[in-house]
Amino acid sequence: MKLVSAIAIGVLAIIFVCSLGGSVFAPAGHAKQFRENPNSPPSSRFLLGTDELGRDRFARLLFATRVSLLLAPAAAALSTLLAALVGTVAGFLGGLWEKLSMVAIDVFLSLPWLFLLITVRAMLPLNLSPSLSVVITFALLGLLGWAATARVVCAGVRSIRSSTFMLNARAFGCSPQRLVAIQLIPNIRPVLQAQFLVSIPTFILAEANLSMLGLGVPEPLPSLGGLIVELENFSTLNSQLWRLAPVAVLALCVGALQIVKGINEAQI
Amino acid sequence: MRRKALGYALSVCLLLVIQVSAASQLRFCLHSDPKTFNPLMVDDDASEAVRYLTGGVLVRLNRRSQLLEPELASSWKVSGNGRSITFTLRKGVRFSDGTPFDAHDVAFTMKSLMDPALHSPIGDAFRSAQGKIATATSGDSKVTIVFPAAVAGLDKLFDQVAIVSSRSPVKERAVLGPFTVSEYKAGSYLLLQRNPNYWKKDEAGHPLPYLNSIRLDIEQNRELELNRFRRGEIQLINAVDAPAFDQLKVQSSSGVIDAGPSLDSEEMWFNQVPDAPIPAYKRAWFQQKEFRQAISSAINRDDLVRIVFHGHAASAAGPVSPANRFWFNSNLKPVAFDPTAAMKLLAHNGFHMDGSILRDGEGHAVEFSIVTNSGNTLRNRMAAMIQQDLGALGIKVNIVTLDFPSLIERMTRTFAYEACLLGLVNTDLDPNSQMNIWLSSGENHQWNPAQTSPATAWETECDRLMRAQASATNLQRRKQIFDRVQELVAEQQPFIYLVHKNSLSAIANTVRGADPVALSPQTYWNIERISLLSEGAAK
Repeated sequence: MKLVSAIAIGVLAIIFVCSLGGSVFAPAGHAKQFRENPNSPPSSRFLLGTDELGRDRFARLLFATRVSLLLAPAAAALSTLLAALVGTVAGFLGGLWEKLSMVAIDVFLSLPWLFLLITVRAMLPLNLSPSLSVVITFALLGLLGWAATARVVCAGVRSIRSSTFMLNARAFGCSPQRLVAIQLIPNIRPVLQAQFLVSIPTFILAEANLSMLGLGVPEPLPSLGGLIVELENFSTLNSQLWRLAPVAVLALCVGALQIVKGINEAQI
Repeated sequence: MRRKALGYALSVCLLLVIQVSAASQLRFCLHSDPKTFNPLMVDDDASEAVRYLTGGVLVRLNRRSQLLEPELASSWKVSGNGRSITFTLRKGVRFSDGTPFDAHDVAFTMKSLMDPALHSPIGDAFRSAQGKIATATSGDSKVTIVFPAAVAGLDKLFDQVAIVSSRSPVKERAVLGPFTVSEYKAGSYLLLQRNPNYWKKDEAGHPLPYLNSIRLDIEQNRELELNRFRRGEIQLINAVDAPAFDQLKVQSSSGVIDAGPSLDSEEMWFNQVPDAPIPAYKRAWFQQKEFRQAISSAINRDDLVRIVFHGHAASAAGPVSPANRFWFNSNLKPVAFDPTAAMKLLAHNGFHMDGSILRDGEGHAVEFSIVTNSGNTLRNRMAAMIQQDLGALGIKVNIVTLDFPSLIERMTRTFAYEACLLGLVNTDLDPNSQMNIWLSSGENHQWNPAQTSPATAWETECDRLMRAQASATNLQRRKQIFDRVQELVAEQQPFIYLVHKNSLSAIANTVRGADPVALSPQTYWNIERISLLSEGAAK
């Protein structure tokens, strides 16, 4: 089990380090258009060939992986934090607070989040730099993605609240603040960790969904979602299998995260 | 035994009949359900396709020669300085239900078309001034229509007017075109059958159309349409994009045809609306002719054509495509890619380089956003190329893709955008159809729409010229005036015209007689003369 986990973490680490060293492995950069070589096959100059505009596919893949692997965990952390706040308040205080929180969660879950995201994104200032724009996109994903996790956290907190050790602590006169800090948080932490790991691939795929609609990461920045959208023309792929590299990287990342999450859950 | 043989023979005959009828059924896709079957109310592509295939018109614009040809009218004459038109009608023509056709049907159609209560979009094109139209019939085969004021390009407008019967009990379902609607399943398909009373014959005296029926499958997804074509389930695709065209060329044994530049254009413009919520210094850049000219010079149109459109487009010189043979101003040439000239123009207006950043006279870094619609891959690629071209001049361009409703909201209501990249779909050859673009009061005068009075001297001049061409009745005089409008637009660059996409279509090798053109409907404009071979014969 430990070996599998170590391999999964190793794969993630290798992908992450490679993506960080993009400028070393692919000095041409992700944005430069080599217009004399559009759609060229892999070569020593362009390891994965070039895209429709003559941009180095390898450099774009490295940069896209960096964007997704840095920002998806950040968005996951944001949504898990929000979920922890709402879920803990609801589960710990119970009664009216829990009912109100559950209503808020239900309302949030019933919202068509994709349309909400499109609407919010349309209201953003236009002159944001591509980097800031991509940060905001992932921040929005994080801000909108907390509700399902909050319900899980609430259920976890509720069960801890009525556990014997909590009753004992309360009977010994432990203050609510101390109960939360000493008893609740350490016990709910594995749930939060699991939810955090679940959210990372969810947000990578959510960004891919947005890219499918043309509303993901703006040009010239690449993202894994954006690169996968370029595969929409499936009929040409038979003869250009190297173009599937973004799918392979995404599958590796999501697979490795799932393995880490599975082992984490097993340890709980 | 005898009975068995008879049954066998009957089955064979039935099978043959089914095969023959299937063999002469053309299939292609509409991208949405038709909103109406009333030919006078057509306002969408699908309804227009149905009208074209079923409606009979007095005169028809030949999409190949771009000249008007007689149809239900054997001759016509425009008089009264473009105020009236007299048609002499063919005799012996009948509607699909057998009702006779005569001058009263034309008068009835025009009366219905111009009825304000009907709100006919086609009728609007005839409304040159307040007042009613008058129709006068002389016998059964002559009709004169008099308008309250001159209508420019009057005879050509009748290409859109499908005549409806004044007496048929089935009303607009009685048609004079080559096909009639026989079956419609919403969201699925539309079946057209050959009109048994169609009046036309070919040179050898065979009745037209050659096809027995047309099945129009409703298919919104273009990828699925392509796949169905590859599988041989449909035989025509009216418009394919450049990458799909090249794939079909390699993969499919069927024909793909590049009919040259279409009437459509791709262009970019800067927001010049005086009270738009953008910084004043940026508005000042956008209102400078030299700034717009410099941006235009810095964009490599040849690269756009070669890379984004795989060579299936033409660099644009102005609002009129070379596909519009009469109205295109052949003296205009596309703006050449010349970053040095662009830099000179900018320097002349106080812009200067500060390291790798271009700054204006007040020191502001030149940076703006280009909004465009999401989901259009080719347009997004164009934006990325423009971004790199302008980046070479030290201009930072941010590309923003928005869903279409948000984009329209910014373009027409809030004006919260700096530059926009979009395409214009043209279906009409006549410049009158562009009045709402070029008049400063027009809603589609996108860079500064609905002005109460023209903001600049050149827009005042443009207003004057557009009104002059609309009221002139001499075609050559109209052409001269509209040429000047095109020259003004090319000089001022309110729209930076980039490319005219080619008209690309796909036609199965079982189809005979198709002759794709740049004008809509590209592949089936000569539907009467299109026929189908069996698969075996085609091979």
